[in-house]
Amino acid sequence: MQMKEYKPLIVAFCCNWCSYAGADLAGNNRLNYPADVKIIRVPCSCRVNPMFILRAFQRGADGVILCGCHPGDCHYTSGNYYTRRRMAMLFSMLDYLGIERERTRVEWVSAAEGAKFAATMNDFVAQVTALGENKRLEDLRCKR
Amino acid sequence: MQKITRDQLITKAVELLSNGTVSAVLGWQKGEFDYDITPAVFTTEEEIKNNFVYNDFCGANFSKYLVAKTKKLEGKILVFLKPCDTYSFNQLLTEHRFDREKVYAVAIGCEGMADVVKLKNKVDGIISIDYKDDAMYVDTLYDGTVKVDYADVLAERCINCKSKKCVAYDELMGEDGEVIDSARFDEVARLEAMTPDERFAFWQNELSRCIRCNACRDACPACTCEKCVFDNPNSGVENKAPANSFEEQMFHIIRAYHVAGRCTDCGECSRVCPQNIPLHLLNRKFIKDINECYGEYQAGAEVGSRAPLVDYTEGDLEPGEVFERGDNNA
Amino acid sequence: MQRIGVFVCWCGSNIAGTVDVKAVAEALKAEPGVVYSTDYQYMCSQAGQNLIIDAVKEHNLTGLVICSCSPRMHEATFRKTAAAAGLNPYMVEIANIREQCSWVHKEMPVGTEKAIILGKAAVAKVNLNTPLTPGESPVTKRALVIGGGIAGIQTALDIADAGFPVDIVETKPTIGGKMAQLDKTFPTLDCAACILTPKMVDVAQHEKIRIFSYSEVTDVKGFVGNFDVTIKKKARFVDETKCTGCGDCVDKCPMKKNPNEFNMGMDNRSAIYIPFAQAVPKVATIDAGACTMLKKGKCGLCSKVCGAGAIDYTQKDEFIEEKYGAIVVATGFNPISMDKFDEYAYNQSKDVITSLEFERLTNAAGPTQGKLLRPSDGKHPHKIVFVQCVGSRCAACAEKGKEYCSKICCMYTAKHAMLTRDKYPDTEVYVFYIDVRTPGKNFDEFYRRAVEEYGVNYIKGMVGKIVPEGDVLKVQASDLISNKQLHIDADLVVLAAAIEPDKSARPLATMLTASMDTNDFFTEAHPKLRPVESPTAGVFLSGACQGPKDIPETVSQAGAAASKVIGLLCKDKLTGNPCIASANEMMCNGCSSCERVCPYGAITYSDKEFRMPDRTTQIRRVASVNPAVCQGCGACTVACPSGAMDLRGFANNQIMAEVDAICK
Repeated sequence: MQMKEYKPLIVAFCCNWCSYAGADLAGNNRLNYPADVKIIRVPCSCRVNPMFILRAFQRGADGVILCGCHPGDCHYTSGNYYTRRRMAMLFSMLDYLGIERERTRVEWVSAAEGAKFAATMNDFVAQVTALGENKRLEDLRCKR
Repeated sequence: MQKITRDQLITKAVELLSNGTVSAVLGWQKGEFDYDITPAVFTTEEEIKNNFVYNDFCGANFSKYLVAKTKKLEGKILVFLKPCDTYSFNQLLTEHRFDREKVYAVAIGCEGMADVVKLKNKVDGIISIDYKDDAMYVDTLYDGTVKVDYADVLAERCINCKSKKCVAYDELMGEDGEVIDSARFDEVARLEAMTPDERFAFWQNELSRCIRCNACRDACPACTCEKCVFDNPNSGVENKAPANSFEEQMFHIIRAYHVAGRCTDCGECSRVCPQNIPLHLLNRKFIKDINECYGEYQAGAEVGSRAPLVDYTEGDLEPGEVFERGDNNA
Repeated sequence: MQRIGVFVCWCGSNIAGTVDVKAVAEALKAEPGVVYSTDYQYMCSQAGQNLIIDAVKEHNLTGLVICSCSPRMHEATFRKTAAAAGLNPYMVEIANIREQCSWVHKEMPVGTEKAIILGKAAVAKVNLNTPLTPGESPVTKRALVIGGGIAGIQTALDIADAGFPVDIVETKPTIGGKMAQLDKTFPTLDCAACILTPKMVDVAQHEKIRIFSYSEVTDVKGFVGNFDVTIKKKARFVDETKCTGCGDCVDKCPMKKNPNEFNMGMDNRSAIYIPFAQAVPKVATIDAGACTMLKKGKCGLCSKVCGAGAIDYTQKDEFIEEKYGAIVVATGFNPISMDKFDEYAYNQSKDVITSLEFERLTNAAGPTQGKLLRPSDGKHPHKIVFVQCVGSRCAACAEKGKEYCSKICCMYTAKHAMLTRDKYPDTEVYVFYIDVRTPGKNFDEFYRRAVEEYGVNYIKGMVGKIVPEGDVLKVQASDLISNKQLHIDADLVVLAAAIEPDKSARPLATMLTASMDTNDFFTEAHPKLRPVESPTAGVFLSGACQGPKDIPETVSQAGAAASKVIGLLCKDKLTGNPCIASANEMMCNGCSSCERVCPYGAITYSDKEFRMPDRTTQIRRVASVNPAVCQGCGACTVACPSGAMDLRGFANNQIMAEVDAICK
């Protein structure tokens, strides 16, 4: 049997106005980050339902990162403030259930921060890779 | 032993029913055994006198029943609320779940309720229970009459009672108490101090017993959705049967998350769980986190307060910073 | 089941250099719903778009997935293409395989694999897309301006000049606001009345402008383009249509000892009064609290002398309901109360006055006819101390002052000091300051002139204590530059009081569901890019209600707000964003969680009747989203525990499908 290099699966939720644009800027500037990161576009970080995050884990994601506008800069004025509370509580709960806190992250990335986006993704992928495969959260039924 | 007696409650119920203040009474009646008490709606004096019971196993929180009952009823319904039930009552009012005008609420002081599981662990073959001042005397199949101290069977939620204060009522029976600085978060703190592996093992052990009977959801006074997200085919998480470990975790995480900031910590979820999963520890984790991160908040303490998760301040902690506070173990 | 077409763009070598586009097109053919899949060099080119249109027709496609550059780049383009092909424009999803794939990854196999996964996610989403149509709502072509100061006046004039009717609601008996009380204006020193009163007359004479003076807004319902506003016209006991403003009643009124608000209470007015000579409307008003006829039913002199028969003691508050398309808030500011500043002896000595009182003292129409005389004894002061930042920039004294800089005080204090030295060269003038802030056209030059040409003594330091002793005010202060304690025996002290938003602003903001900061200034939709709009659509901000401002800034902001209003009122219909929230009433609990997180106040509740399976009816409180107000952030969808609230275009099941596609 051949040992395959472990590649984590990372789901990134990015708000349309800041972080998705920041990811685009990273692309414009050809700043590399691992292909393990797959971005899902949402209008605002406050659109991200905790169920989406749990679902990602259930289906085999090894890490989930949520990116939005910096607090105070939300396109919808206050959306990311709600996100901040919701995710703080959700991630703390996941940690309480014994799920490594390193698998979840919230990062504020503006449309001008292409470099920060790429650096954040590099760092997060490295962090999750170090933890290894996510066995605790996934639903074995759903794994093909 | 409750200071308020069955007779007092019956007198009150009959009085309000006969003078036309209310047209129905929400109360307790005996189930198959003396300890499995069932909520019931009484509409006649006769029913009340025959079937109404009140004892240390009348733990059910009636607030939630008002959501369905007030919709169908002509006139007012009488509800008896223990102190912890009054918080749920207020929370439901905050969320506009029933019409306050259709309820006559009588708050009753509470000495703490008994946990049937604790009793069954002590005695086998319970036939009947006699509630005396000093202790309960349990008539059993095998060991004759066994004396059991109330303190020995006091429910966990009552040992860690958060408040004996009645925060909502039209009428108060007995004495009003105070908010208690209880040790209810100690167990949460003990779990927080474990390593992630230990915590995972703890919860896997507990949650793997879940049979998805939905009793926690059905008894919870915060879970009053017209249609639960887990029954909604468009939600993507519709699921009714027990599946495997993560499915249960997801159900319980989402349930706890949905009631976070709204949960009054009444403890009904753990009381009704047939698998004895300490579900209240999930809710208390959220309450503890909310108190520590966003300031002390007791859901239901007053009508109309803004739940912490539909609120924010500009200076809130970042999600990463939440882990840095206190002795939260890495 | 959708019939989906997948179109993979090469973007020249931008995508094709790192992604095997043919392999992507081939792989996506196997996805559920996909009936056609192809690739092309430049999908956004006319030829590429034609290829899409032809494919839609040939294969009866119902949904499109374009694997190309960022949707922020060409989503609009491909939506138009879809529309041209006869599809609903919202049946298009873009898989971003350039910015988020080919440009950030180097190796072909890696890029190709990821592009396929991104394509699968887009296909999964399109499978659940539904056609969306933007909602339309009509626009009432009338604007409401709340506040009749210079901000409100300028906004109203600009809107009316563009041809739209405007109503001004002003709580005082006259428009004019704070500017009408000022003497001269910095930095040009032209007299405020000379430049303001012609504008007030313009307003009065403008055929498109109605003035509701002595009135307030009591209720606002509706949304952008369609506000229903209730205005309370307070009873002034004078028929506005009859009163000629002759002033006979004012002369005859026996109740003359009422503090005159216009002169900051430094002289008295009669119970029936006209605030000042150039008031607009020039109509008398009876102060109900001071009039003996209204209080005791005795007197009636004004009625007897009124030749026009305008006096009506039985007048009642009148409520007017009107529809508006846009609302401009111009509620302005007030100096803060000096009651808590005991150290400055404001309440102990009449000779400690605020800057606005000083304006009245030097104004030719003021209580002293413009002669600078001490309020206590009417003597000419020879030593005047000005104290700046009284209550401004006062983080440590938040209970009595304000944390922010009031912005206008440095300049008006320089003006006061300069004018005093100009008129009364024998007067010594001291100004105590923390900093002198003079950013503005010709502002610093103005301040330098005060110091260099007029010999005003500027001292960096704060006044610690003022003690009235005999007929002097003992001023104790520190000079921070020479590090000395100073003791000055002043004849008059002028406090540059901080300014705060008018008290009416907070309840108004609640009515408008417009947000405010902690200081009760209205917040902008965006602090840099949308400075005159409130986050609540259709509500605009003009003047100091948004933050401290001087006159030139206020006027330019007023014009900007007017232009935004005109832009809105020009439209016959407002087309909304179709990607908005909507509530499934069958599942809604009416819990109000969504309403609380909505930044726009787009969610309202109503009781609706539902037929139940057991043939009974139930009345339930359910949420509904106003499509004209919702901006589509989705905050409500997560606050909703039952999942009754969902977001069109980014629905729960769509995002869940994307997650599943990525994770499988």
